Amino acid sequence: MVEPAVDLAHGEAHDDHAHHGPQGWLKYLWSTDHKVIAMQYMFTGMFMALVGGFMAYVFRMQLAFPGINVPGFGGVSPGEYNALVTNHGTIMIFWVAMPVLLAAFGNYLIPLMIGADDMVFPKINRLSFQVFFVSTIVILASLFVEGGGFAGAWTAYPPLSADSTYNLTPLGSTLWVIGVGLEFVAFLLGGINFITTLMNSRAPGMRAFDVPIVVWMIVVASILFMLSVGPLLAGAIMLIFDQTIGTGFFNPATGGDPILWQHLFWFFGHPEVYVVLLPAMGVVVEIITTFARKKLFAYRTVIFTIVATGVLSFFVWAHHQFIAGIDPRMANIFTITTLLISVPIAELCFIYIATLYGGSIRLTTPMLWALAFVAEFLIGGVTGIFLGAAGADVYFHDTYFVLAHFHYTFFPIAIIGTFAAFTYWFPKMFGKMMDERLGKIHFWGTIIPFNLIFIPLFVLGMGGQHRRIYNYDQFPDIAGGIFQDMRELATYSLLVMLAFQFVFFYNCFKTARSGPKAPKNPWKANSLEWTTESPPPHGNWHPLRMPVVYRGPYEYSVPDREDDYWPQNDPDGAPLQVVDDDDS
Amino acid sequence: MNAFFEFFRVDYFDPLIEVASSYAADIDGLIWLVLLLVGFWFLLAQGVFFWFILKYRAEPGRRADYIDGKNKRHKRWITVPHLLVLVCDVLIIVVSFNVWYKIKMDLPDNPDGVIRVIGQQWAWTFQHPGADRELDTPDDIFTVDELHVENNRVYHFELQSTDVLHSFSVPVWRIKQDAIPGRTITGWFQPTRTGEFDVQCAEICGFGHGVMAARVMIEDEATHAAWVAANTPATAAAAAPVPAAMPATQVAASPAAGPASAPNGHGGH
Repeated sequence: MVEPAVDLAHGEAHDDHAHHGPQGWLKYLWSTDHKVIAMQYMFTGMFMALVGGFMAYVFRMQLAFPGINVPGFGGVSPGEYNALVTNHGTIMIFWVAMPVLLAAFGNYLIPLMIGADDMVFPKINRLSFQVFFVSTIVILASLFVEGGGFAGAWTAYPPLSADSTYNLTPLGSTLWVIGVGLEFVAFLLGGINFITTLMNSRAPGMRAFDVPIVVWMIVVASILFMLSVGPLLAGAIMLIFDQTIGTGFFNPATGGDPILWQHLFWFFGHPEVYVVLLPAMGVVVEIITTFARKKLFAYRTVIFTIVATGVLSFFVWAHHQFIAGIDPRMANIFTITTLLISVPIAELCFIYIATLYGGSIRLTTPMLWALAFVAEFLIGGVTGIFLGAAGADVYFHDTYFVLAHFHYTFFPIAIIGTFAAFTYWFPKMFGKMMDERLGKIHFWGTIIPFNLIFIPLFVLGMGGQHRRIYNYDQFPDIAGGIFQDMRELATYSLLVMLAFQFVFFYNCFKTARSGPKAPKNPWKANSLEWTTESPPPHGNWHPLRMPVVYRGPYEYSVPDREDDYWPQNDPDGAPLQVVDDDDS
Repeated sequence: MNAFFEFFRVDYFDPLIEVASSYAADIDGLIWLVLLLVGFWFLLAQGVFFWFILKYRAEPGRRADYIDGKNKRHKRWITVPHLLVLVCDVLIIVVSFNVWYKIKMDLPDNPDGVIRVIGQQWAWTFQHPGADRELDTPDDIFTVDELHVENNRVYHFELQSTDVLHSFSVPVWRIKQDAIPGRTITGWFQPTRTGEFDVQCAEICGFGHGVMAARVMIEDEATHAAWVAANTPATAAAAAPVPAAMPATQVAASPAAGPASAPNGHGGH
C-alpha cells in the first residue's frame, strides 16, 4: 500500500491525528484518515473477493466434473457444496460489493470530491472499519467450526436456518448471522458519516447540484441502506434467538411464521441491490463524461431518477416470494411495481447513451470497463423483466435463469464497476500510472469469459435446472447432453477468467514498483480530487488552499474555451450563473 | 381478448424442455412475449450504444459537442423512449396477470383427483387417492419419490412439509410452489403428455437438497388403472384412514405395474 503521505511541508498547519497517535504500522491500524480507511476497506474487500472466487472455482469444478477431487480443495460433499454456494453469495455481496463500492470508494471519494479535509466523524469512520474487520473474521471463522460453515443459502430461510437439527451446522449458522449483523452495524456507521459529510462539508460555492453524481449515488445508497436494514437486523436477532435459546419466531409449531423472515429479508434485500448498484452507476457517470469529454446529459434528471428508483425499490421486495406461499393476489401488485422500476433504470441507461452522443471518446482502460458496465448491465436489466412478471416467474423461480440474471447485474456492479473505479482513480490513490496494455489484456480476458460463464447458465435455466444442487446426475432429464456441455463450458470459462486476474495483480505490482509517476490530473477531469497531489496528503489540500467551487463537475468541451475541460475550482470566468431552466 | 392471449401460446422451449401440462404453453407464451419486447429494446439500446462508441471516437482537431440535456428538444430523446418502455411494461403486466390468474388463482372445480404432496428432508411422499379418487380413504397409495398421474386429468395437489421449506417443481409442467411447514397449499395441474419426467426440490432444504429428486409418471388411462390396481394396499378394506400429515412409508412398486412405473434409479434416502 502506498502511503497517502503526511505532507510534512504542509502538515504543521492543521490538526494532524497521525502526529499524535501511534507510529509505524500501528498508524494504519488506528488512522482516522478517510483515505487510509478506504484502502483498508478496499484491500479487505479484494481479499474476500479472492476467497469468494475460490469458492466459485470449487463448486463450478464439482458441477462440471461431479465427484472430482478439486485441486486445492479435494472432494466436495453435498454439505460442503451447500456451504460453498451459501458463503460465496454472502461474501460476494456483503464482503466484496459493499465494502469496495460503498465503503472504500465512498470513503475515498466523498471528502475529495466535495473539497473536505476528512469525514465529519473520523473516529466513527475508524470504528466502522474495525467493526467490519471483526465481522470479516467472524464470517471466515464460521467456515472452520465444527459442522462446517452455514449451508442454508445466503437468504437463510428458516426453519432450515433456525434449527440445527435441520441444517446440521449449529455453530456455522449462528456465526453466519452474527457476522452479517456486525457487517450491517459497520455500514450503518459508515453511512451516517457519508450522509452527514455531504450535508455539511461541501467546499464553499458547491451547491447541491454541483456535487458529482457518484457522490450523490453513494449518499442515496447509504440512505437506502439505513432505511432498509432495520427490519433485517431485527430479523437477524430473532433468528439468533430461535437458534440459540429456542424461541419460535419463525417456527410454525410454536405459532411463528417462516414467511415473516422472507419479508424482513427481502424488504432489506431488494433495496440492497440498489445500494450496490447506485455507486457503480455513479462511477460510470464520472468515467464516461471524462473520456467522452462530454457534459453529463440531464444532470438533474439523473438525480430525480435515482431518488425515484430508491423510493420504488422499497415496494418490490415480494417479487422474490411469488411462489413462496404468499397470497397470490399480492403477486399482481408486486408485478406492477417490479416492472415499473425498469422505467427509471432504463432512463439511466438512455442517459449514458445520450451522453456519448457527440462525444470525443478515448477508449482507455477505465473507459472500457465503464462502457462494458453499461453493455453487460443491460443484459442483467432486461432479463429481470422475465422474473418480475409473476406468470413467467412460476417457471423461472430458483432456476439458473435467476442465477445468470443476477450475476449479470452483480458482476457488472461488483467486478466491472470496481475495476472501472480502481483503474480510473488508481493514479490518484497511489500516484502511479498503470500499464494500459496490461490493463486492456486484463479487460478482455475478464469480459469475454464472463459472458461465456453466464450465457450457458441462462440456457440451463430455461431448460429447468434448479439452483444449489451439487450433482445433477440425480435428475435424468437434465443430467447429460447439452446440459452437461453447458456446465462444462461455464466452468472452463471461469478458469480462464480467474487466470486472467493474475494479469491484474501483476499490473498492480509492476506499477507500484516501476510505473511512471502520475501528475495531479492525468485524465484532465473536472472534479475536485484531481486538483490535489497524487496521492493526496493527509488533510487532502493545504489548509490555506482548500478548494472553492465555481461550477458543476461536467463542464467538458465548453465552447469558446481553449481547454476541453474546466475544473470546478477554476476561478476563470467565474461567477458562472447558469440560469435554472430545468423543467424536469 | 382470448384470441389475443391464444396468440402467445407457443411451444417455444420444446428443443430444451417439453411442454407437458395444460398451462405450460401459456407460460412459454408469456416468456416469448417478454423476449420480443425486451429483445427489441435490448438490441436497439446496444445498437445505438455501440454505434455511438464507433462514430464518436476521438479524432485530432474535433471537439466534443456541448449538450446539457436540459431543454425539451434534447430531453425528448430520453422521455419518449421511457414512455414507450412504460407501454411495454403495461402490456407485459396484463399478459402476466392473465397467466398468473390461470395457474395460481383460478383452481378448476371438481378435479378428477386430489394428490397430497409431502416434502420432508430429503424425499417427496406422494399420497395418491387410489381407485375411489378420494384422499384419506383406505385405498390411498403412498409412494416415495414417485408420482403417478393419468394423462389429461385435472388434478388438485395439497402441498405440505413436515420440517423445513421445500419447493415442488415439475419443469415440464412449469409448476412450482413452495411447501411450508404448518400450512397446506393447494394448486392444480393437468398433464397433457405421457412420459416420465423430473420432479425437483427448488428450495434449499439442507445437506440432502441435491438428492431430493423424484419422478413423475404420466400414464395413459389403462396403464394408470393397472398401476392403481397393482398398488392398492391389500388391507384397504379393513384399515383405518391414514392420518394426513404423517410421513408414509414406501409401498414397493409391483413388477406387474408396467414399464412406466419402474422404480427410479436411485436410493439412499
